[in-house]
Amino acid sequence: MTELPLIGEAPGDASGASRLTGARIGVVTFPGTLDDRDAARAVRLAGGTAVELWHADTELGDVDAVVIPGGFSYGDYLRAGAIARFAPLMSRIIDAANSDAKLPVLGICNGFQILTESHLLPGSMIKNDHLKFMCRDQVLRVENSNTAWTLDYEAGQEITIPLKNQDGQYIADDKTLDALEAEGRVVFRYVGFNPNGSRRDIAGISNAAGNVVGLMPHPEHAVEVGFGPETVVSRETGIAGSGTDGLGFFTSVLNKIVGGAK
Amino acid sequence: MPRIVVDVMPKPEILDPQGKAIVGALPRLGFTSFSSVRQGKRFELTVDGEVTEEILAQARDAAETLLSNPVIEDVVNVEVVEA
Repeated sequence: MTELPLIGEAPGDASGASRLTGARIGVVTFPGTLDDRDAARAVRLAGGTAVELWHADTELGDVDAVVIPGGFSYGDYLRAGAIARFAPLMSRIIDAANSDAKLPVLGICNGFQILTESHLLPGSMIKNDHLKFMCRDQVLRVENSNTAWTLDYEAGQEITIPLKNQDGQYIADDKTLDALEAEGRVVFRYVGFNPNGSRRDIAGISNAAGNVVGLMPHPEHAVEVGFGPETVVSRETGIAGSGTDGLGFFTSVLNKIVGGAK
Repeated sequence: MPRIVVDVMPKPEILDPQGKAIVGALPRLGFTSFSSVRQGKRFELTVDGEVTEEILAQARDAAETLLSNPVIEDVVNVEVVEA
């Protein structure tokens, strides 16, 4: 299925696009997942092929990377992500992420919570320190541009993508936080405003190998002109929602796959 | 039917935002004697028949793997309660 942006140009030239469509990015749906359609659309807009994955599947199938999207899997019952972590497909994803092949895995929001509950990423998320659900366009600094999902960014680059969560306060003990900082595994930090009380303004982290990345804000909601955050371009051109800073997550992993550095 | 009760609390070093909200609400209702509140979870696992040592061990295992997240929570009590 080809899907063109409703506003703006189709990304990529024809020859590059045809190579990228060979890259298959799985998008997992759990009961209560909300953002699987947006994540799949982001994959297609970046030039790749999105593959629907179902939580009860016992095999991962032929995918080159996996996105665990946001939402409220199992209604956030028990703890956010706690029940989804034990879905049959999660066992396959955990094995593939830890294997020599180092399957790239991106967890967004509830997907990040599922990755910490799965112990693919350290720490945990608790309720926002101010106890309210928060939805806003959030500025982040890309601290590490060497992960599978951040190769197309520059280290230190600031990006604006939406944030929307209730249980977004990232916590870990000081020893874990010190190790994350020392190993360059803090991938994103909140800039200007810490929206949930996260330790050391951490918005996203990676595993040691850099193939598994989790973050609270939503790159898949900032991939298409007309539907993204407001930016300087929006103010200058009058085109609303011109922010597409999230697209780089998906082009990063596609370029990595196509480049053979998988 | 006997039940196994499992109590889970946030770790002492972790700020409990819900408890903080509750302790803020108490004085507004005239309850002024409480300086701190921490909110935990109580699970009741019903067993069909007798609670053997093996079943109790299963409950302890479930408490550590699913019912609590050891990064942020402690299992503070696992006990059998006769109905």
